Amino acid sequence: MSTETQHDLDIDRSVGDFSYDVEYAYDAGVGLTEATIDYISDVKGDPDWVRAFRKEGYRKFLEKPMPTNWATKDLDNIVFENIRYYLAQGQQPKRSWDEVPDEVKETFERLGIPEQERKFLAGVEAQFDSEAAYSNIKAAVGEQGVIFVGSTEGLKEHPEIFKKWFGKVIPSGDNKFSALNSAVFSGGSFIYVPPGVKVKHPLQAYFRINAQNFGQFERTLIIADEGAEVMYMEGCTAPKFETSTLHSAVVELVALKGAKIQYVTVQNWSSNVFNLVTKRGIAHEDAEIKWIDCNIGSRLTMKYPGVVMKGNGARGEVVSIALAGDGQHQDTGAKMIHAADNTTSNIISKSISLGTGRSTYRGMVHVPKHLKGCKNNTECDALLINSSSRTDTYPAITVRGQGNAVQHEASVSQISAEQIFYMQQRGLSEGAAMSLAVNGFVNDLVQQFPMEYSVELKRLIDLEMEGSVG
Amino acid sequence: MSTPASLIESSPVQGNWPDWFHNDQKTAWDLFHTLPAPARTDEPWRFANLKATDLTPFHAAGSVRDVASLVSRSTGGGVLSAKLVFGNDVLLHAESAGLPAGVLLLPLDQAARDHAELIRAHFMTAEPRLGSRKFAALHRAKLRTGAFVFVPKGVTVEKPIEIWHWVEGENATILPHTLIVLEEGASATVIDRFASSVDEPSLAIAVNDLTLGQGAKLTYSGVQEWSDKTTAFHINATEVANDATSTALQMNLGGGYVRGESDSHLLGEGSRSVMLSINPATGDREIDQRTFQDHYAPRATSDLLYHNALSDTSRTIFAGLIKVEEKAHETDAYQKVRNLMLSDEAEANSMPGLEILADNVRCTHGATSGELNEDELFYMMARGIPPKQAAQLIVRGFLGSVLARLEHTELQSHLGEILDRKLGI
Repeated sequence: MSTETQHDLDIDRSVGDFSYDVEYAYDAGVGLTEATIDYISDVKGDPDWVRAFRKEGYRKFLEKPMPTNWATKDLDNIVFENIRYYLAQGQQPKRSWDEVPDEVKETFERLGIPEQERKFLAGVEAQFDSEAAYSNIKAAVGEQGVIFVGSTEGLKEHPEIFKKWFGKVIPSGDNKFSALNSAVFSGGSFIYVPPGVKVKHPLQAYFRINAQNFGQFERTLIIADEGAEVMYMEGCTAPKFETSTLHSAVVELVALKGAKIQYVTVQNWSSNVFNLVTKRGIAHEDAEIKWIDCNIGSRLTMKYPGVVMKGNGARGEVVSIALAGDGQHQDTGAKMIHAADNTTSNIISKSISLGTGRSTYRGMVHVPKHLKGCKNNTECDALLINSSSRTDTYPAITVRGQGNAVQHEASVSQISAEQIFYMQQRGLSEGAAMSLAVNGFVNDLVQQFPMEYSVELKRLIDLEMEGSVG
Repeated sequence: MSTPASLIESSPVQGNWPDWFHNDQKTAWDLFHTLPAPARTDEPWRFANLKATDLTPFHAAGSVRDVASLVSRSTGGGVLSAKLVFGNDVLLHAESAGLPAGVLLLPLDQAARDHAELIRAHFMTAEPRLGSRKFAALHRAKLRTGAFVFVPKGVTVEKPIEIWHWVEGENATILPHTLIVLEEGASATVIDRFASSVDEPSLAIAVNDLTLGQGAKLTYSGVQEWSDKTTAFHINATEVANDATSTALQMNLGGGYVRGESDSHLLGEGSRSVMLSINPATGDREIDQRTFQDHYAPRATSDLLYHNALSDTSRTIFAGLIKVEEKAHETDAYQKVRNLMLSDEAEANSMPGLEILADNVRCTHGATSGELNEDELFYMMARGIPPKQAAQLIVRGFLGSVLARLEHTELQSHLGEILDRKLGI
């Protein structure tokens, strides 16, 4: 099989390629100054401590350098002065479907959130631009005492719950982009699951960007109290724009004693989006945090979900799939910080690079002094489709002291010509054979996604592989 | 006796070099002063103890006190083709059991005078890329001599060539240099031995450059037994042409802060580079190793295996990169670092990296950190071996397994004996 036959992979993203004129009720203008932050705080009616938090974030954002000493120089192409930092459809998250404007409904229709799925799922928190445009919490979840609200509402209505952890898992000065998010955040979900409550249905939110040069800075905080269990799903697709957009979210998870949190992401931003996300969770005694992450879209994604295993017997896991098509760079990975005895972590990452796409794995595993019985397992597999594709692996592993076991393995391979030949012999086209082989490569990970996501994921991979041959 | 001038302030030494070499030294001296010192945010210095890279306490070495004693201590094992002994960068002794015609084994300054074209073509031609450019510039600027090994086309040097580098004097600096050039089809085995005359602090900035012509075969071993207070840099560049095979082993048995940089350029089709390292880290030693397996040509192979056994409060850093350049299809590259943790205070950092720009490659890397296997310990204790000795044997087996990659059985057993002595077995 000649590799040259596949060099002109074109990614068909036209499915998400639409936008509607929307009249934005609030617009903070272009660029970022202290006045922008005051404006956002005024519009949102922030309590004083939130305003102070934003300003502190802004100060740190200015202070912090771009991480270009280790990250891609493409970051320098972000022009912070050209970005809109706040834009909202309305002030209050919409509660009932009837209240949602028709145009917005049409957008959701095109996004493919079927009515049945909405009924099937426990709650839908659909974000339209930076403010939640539609929020539906099923009665059953509410009755269990679960709080599922937007970040603005959470900080205003439930400060006693959220203030304790807000900005504690990821301090605003963690990095330049978490500082930026702290300054201008809006939207995102705040979830609290009371002790012992196991949320049966996944909580779900769809995010969407729908304005030119518009950055989205949502902030999500999920707290699972002792023995609670919750799964949260986040998926995004965005229309194509002329100029680059910036998406810089902060997601904090807190799993108290014996709690379990699963956070599922399918990221399919359009190929002009910079997606620079900070995600981290704290797992207390016997708690478990699992990040299931799939990155298909965006121009550049930098995202390294982390788990700080703070309590004895805590567990962290990252399952990651990345697909980098022409012109895309998926710079993803995981951070596992072992901070107590008998903590275990597992990282499984699979990436596919096609055309001129580049996928990068960056990992950090840290086992500090005097800990016993800590285990980490890391596996990274990369698949290269074309001769112009690129893949990198940069793990950093620190182990102090004995009594712990850490192992890291990575491999790079390609679809074997024999496999393709075999399938073509049996009547499959070369494209179909490639698609099947790629799906086979990630199949064991795809199965870890909730059913409706794994279906969507397979469809997305097929879509990406379409036209990859000939 | 007045205090000697600090190394970084004194003017370049006037070795017995030809003018063109002196000119290059002046350029290197300027470069040394222009380049910034390693900083916390420099990726090539991540995890490193930067305080250890402060050169201000060190000065140029004087002459050694007792030449005869150092020469008599320069005994390795087995039958050698030839031996050179340097003390504080002065050639103290040379002996040869008869080298094949055309083979050169010379002090570097003499080679620069008598074989200028060869030295110009091969002396420090590869830019250091793994962080120590500044220190390599200092090495070049202050270099007084070194060892030059040249094996012409088709010639085989059967027995090993051994080169000793001694340092003596408190805070003295030496700059060991070994340049090995093998022409097409040539083959040789070279052992570099580095040691401190007495237990005192010193600085060594060592460079070894290995150049292999088409089909050449080189086995190089660097065995380092610096004093525990020594700051040592070992900077390597290896260039491998078509179908040539380089096997290079670094054994770090001493030193306080030891920085190793091994940079393999796989330039020709079918070239092969085997990179090995054995590191028993004891006391508060820090072994900081950066490696690069750079595949420029298709169908080349590189294979790296580093074993670290960490006791006491020692630290190790391994940062390795396999890079497959755009045209280097059908590359086969492997990289493995294993850390055996023997103490609760020890720390192992591993950064095994891959950058793949070509397809149809097979690249894997692995990093593991673990402790002594309880079952193995139990097995030996059940057979009457005391626990301490049993642990020692496991460590010996773990470190010694790297030697199995060397093809020479004589060399294997020779290096194995050195390792035994170090581990007190």
